[in-house]
Amino acid sequence: MANHVEAIAQPRAARRESVIPRSARAVMTFCRRKPLGAVGGAIVLVMLVMAVGADWVAPYPYDQSIAGARMRPPGAEFWLGTDNLSRDLWSRVVYGARVSVTVGFATITLGMLIATAVGISSAYIGGGYDMAVQRVVDAWMSFPYLVIILSIMAVLGPGLLNLILSLSILIAASSARVIRGAALSVMQNPYMEAARAMGSGHLRIVLRYVLPNVMATVIVLATIGLGAVILAESSLSFLGFGVPPPYPSWGAMLSGSGRSYMFRAPWMALWPGLGISLAVFGFNMLGDALRDVLDPRLRGTGGAQPR
Amino acid sequence: MVLGHVASVAQHRDAETLRGLTPMKRYLLKRLLVAIPSLLIASLIVFTLPRLLPGDAVQLMLEEKAYGKDLDDLRHKLGLDRPVYTQYFHWLGDVARGSLGESLWTKRAVAEELRRRLPVTMLLSAMATVFAVLIAIPIGVLAAVRADSLRDYVARSAAILGLSVPGFWLATLVILLPAIWWGWTPNVSFTEFGQDPAQHVLQFLLPAAILGVASAAGIMRLTRAMLLEVLRQDYVRTAWAKGLDEGVVVLKHSLKNALIPVVTILGIQFAQIFSGTVIIESIFGLPGLGRFLFDAILQRDYPVIQGINLLVVSMIVVLNLIVDLFYAVLDPRIRYS
Repeated sequence: MANHVEAIAQPRAARRESVIPRSARAVMTFCRRKPLGAVGGAIVLVMLVMAVGADWVAPYPYDQSIAGARMRPPGAEFWLGTDNLSRDLWSRVVYGARVSVTVGFATITLGMLIATAVGISSAYIGGGYDMAVQRVVDAWMSFPYLVIILSIMAVLGPGLLNLILSLSILIAASSARVIRGAALSVMQNPYMEAARAMGSGHLRIVLRYVLPNVMATVIVLATIGLGAVILAESSLSFLGFGVPPPYPSWGAMLSGSGRSYMFRAPWMALWPGLGISLAVFGFNMLGDALRDVLDPRLRGTGGAQPR
Repeated sequence: MVLGHVASVAQHRDAETLRGLTPMKRYLLKRLLVAIPSLLIASLIVFTLPRLLPGDAVQLMLEEKAYGKDLDDLRHKLGLDRPVYTQYFHWLGDVARGSLGESLWTKRAVAEELRRRLPVTMLLSAMATVFAVLIAIPIGVLAAVRADSLRDYVARSAAILGLSVPGFWLATLVILLPAIWWGWTPNVSFTEFGQDPAQHVLQFLLPAAILGVASAAGIMRLTRAMLLEVLRQDYVRTAWAKGLDEGVVVLKHSLKNALIPVVTILGIQFAQIFSGTVIIESIFGLPGLGRFLFDAILQRDYPVIQGINLLVVSMIVVLNLIVDLFYAVLDPRIRYS
């Protein structure tokens, strides 16, 4: 009996001693239990710092030609070398992170807003509306993603806004399906019945009961989706349908001059690709670990490819 | 809503008329009937996509060289001066007769061009799929059997890495690195089957392997997750309790059931692989559908874009149908429900 009391008292004492805030402890637990996820998180953090602080991190502006430094190999002066227009590659890679992060976050925010609205309404209203929405999502998802986006971009023309719009519609379609599933299972809970019995209106039920309970799913989808969007953006930029030059996008740096000079200056075709791979890898690792912690039901689904 | 209603009515009617058939045949017929509305919706999207978006296709096609009369002529020739629904049914009628129109630039029949290029893309995609399955399933099994071991961590990280590396960069490295290290570059000119059959197949190996990497990663993750699920089942414990060999328990009792969901995603994988061919065919100089699509998009060749999209979507619908049938063969519960 005495043992029991002690066993309960101990953690309470431990909690009082701890000076570390609760959120920091949650992060530490996450790192200990999901080392791969922590590595992913670290990569994502580095990328965010590069994107936000590009003006301080990069030694040169992204479009500045440095006199007499054409296609220098990587070294002490230019860490990653210079390109065919004598621009410092390290600076361009750092600013490239800003492009990826901007497109990624804007697309995911827009895409997730659409997906959450469509997914929850589809689950909540049900019936013919649900059926119709799901058939449209089915048809949309049976297209190869690059085919849809290229077709849209061909007509809209290249540009940052068009890129974000078309990518977010694509992300929204596949995510809406998963969010609908999560909302359906949330709606099975007894507290939904309790809410209805208390006389809550539809809007209140959706906003106070359904939405908060599918947020874990939305966060996981957004993290993995960020990797997918960065990959898709780089593919489109590689094909010349992405962010217009001279702004440095990793995908665009690998096409055009990156490819035509790659035998004389291999580093030009190396670093941007490494940037894309690391960034997507980081978001995928983090997303995978977050999924295991926040929403184990999703295990075995999804991946980097938008679908 | 209307389509849902149609589908449910169709299903109801099935049940009436198909009562005499075996469950397997009834299942097959039901899947076939469901495929028809999917194809129709897909054809509608393929058709309306270029028309929904702002901008006049004709204006874009003729650029600044156009005069008012030219614009009208071209519009009439393409049938763009008629109401949209008339255009759609006219186009659908043409498609049913096997005509996809002609390219705006080369004036060649689109159907003929597609027939010529389809084998290239099919061979490339098939090889990529085989490649993906051959590496993904063994690694997925090894990772699941020793879950949370070092081997599992390495396999999972490698899979995520495979999903993260863009195909076009991998292709660049494959061309670049051997050139720097050993002064060897892969051949990027196309060899026809008639010229040299062995070389014709060999030239697909490298691009197919690159295309297969991303799919392999996805299939590996699914195989691992599904096998882990199955290994927790009671009948697997029974198999262990009977004293069966690890190989028999894993491969014979568990893997067969774990692979059922893996088969279903092969349809989605094909869509992904096709996306990849757009870039990979351009890099390796293969005259397939992907490269044709990319060129058509650059030239705003609408009949070609529509033709390729329709062909690809139809192939995916048919592939999903085959996957469903395969599913029934693998899982008796579906056959007899």
